[in-house]
Amino acid sequence: MSQPIEVTLRALAVLVAFLVLPLLVGQTEHKVMAHMQGRLGPMYAGGFHGWAQLVADGVKFVQKEDITPAAADRWVFRVAPAVALVPYLVALAAIPLSPHLVAAAAPGSAVFVLAVTAVGILGTLMAGWASANKYSLLGAMRAAAQLLSYELPMVLAVASVCLAAGSLSLTGIAGAWSPWWLLWQLPGAVVFLVSAVAELQRPPFDMPVADSEIVFGAYTEYTGLRFAFFLLSEYAGIVVMSLLFAVLYLGGWHGAFSDVLGWLWTLLKGFAVAVLVIWLRVAWPRLREDQLQRLAWLVLVPLALGQLALTGLWVVTTA
Amino acid sequence: MPPYVVIAAVVLVGLLLFVAAMGARRLLAPRAPTRAKLTTYESGVDPVGSGWAQTQIRYFVYAFLYVIFAVDAVYLFPWALVLRTSGLGRASLVEMALFIGVLVVGLVHAARRGLLRWL
Repeated sequence: MSQPIEVTLRALAVLVAFLVLPLLVGQTEHKVMAHMQGRLGPMYAGGFHGWAQLVADGVKFVQKEDITPAAADRWVFRVAPAVALVPYLVALAAIPLSPHLVAAAAPGSAVFVLAVTAVGILGTLMAGWASANKYSLLGAMRAAAQLLSYELPMVLAVASVCLAAGSLSLTGIAGAWSPWWLLWQLPGAVVFLVSAVAELQRPPFDMPVADSEIVFGAYTEYTGLRFAFFLLSEYAGIVVMSLLFAVLYLGGWHGAFSDVLGWLWTLLKGFAVAVLVIWLRVAWPRLREDQLQRLAWLVLVPLALGQLALTGLWVVTTA
Repeated sequence: MPPYVVIAAVVLVGLLLFVAAMGARRLLAPRAPTRAKLTTYESGVDPVGSGWAQTQIRYFVYAFLYVIFAVDAVYLFPWALVLRTSGLGRASLVEMALFIGVLVVGLVHAARRGLLRWL
């Protein structure tokens, strides 16, 4: 196969995954949340248990009027959704589903994915700053502080996994994984999961979009398709973080018949993590803004550093 | 095949997705701007003052701390690759412990001075 065609096919495959997986997670959230709360959730769209609800939502969003407030910084305001969305698409390209099934096998993919997902934060900041709205500005400030604070424990937790595997590529890390990591890397895994939920601004860490305080934070002024893109980037973020957790901590494709069904194992493990993220939203109320910062700096960072020391000591003494 | 070619293609596809979606919206969505519709949203009342409000930038201490620790993290990743090298492992472990220890002293100092409180 000639190279341009292969590159195009790989990029399109990533796009298809990017458009399907977040919708699956979104529909799961509708249904799981509904049943946890004693409701049915969407039942009408598409006929069977409302399976097409999010497709219908998308069609609705495309037909809504797109409003840019007169006071807003027009250009930045309009570009912000793309800045929030595209990084997750790029991150998805570097996550392996099995040793051979990966769109872009970058040598330092663990670092690459962390770096790329951090770019998405800029979209929220741009949205909040360009809206020229007080709620948006407050929301963007909260988002900036939160994402800065939680980026750090996440990076430290991933560094610990890289130490354990002796590799910076996600394929190499999952290849070096053994069930014993479930115990050995457990503190790091908890730190990673908590920081991932905070990075995604999902409850119980959704102060940047706290509806009872600042309407919808940085996204207050958005309507129609641009608003939908911010929502899509949240769900794409859940997909990326869940798959990343599955690859880093749950061994990715390790499982029965992993030669043939490895990709399915990775997807199933990632899906289980996504359900856990949804469950957290149902189970816990929102933290207060100051509690959030304390948790990051006084609990998660020391915990991640402790994990790092544990990993380093173990690797050196057993090597 | 160089993986970064694919990544560049994925970035391009992402931008195309955004442009195509905005094109579809342009064709399908109505456009009827009015003055009231374009004003800044402030819970349904007329906006007070201009859109730009003065605010206390509380997060700048976190930004400083983040930059310090992010530099530290940059050194952690290459360390992961050499930790198993014989003759380098133990020495690098001690050096890394000293390096991170200094940073932790700084973090404890910031916490004791109350810099990690949001208010």
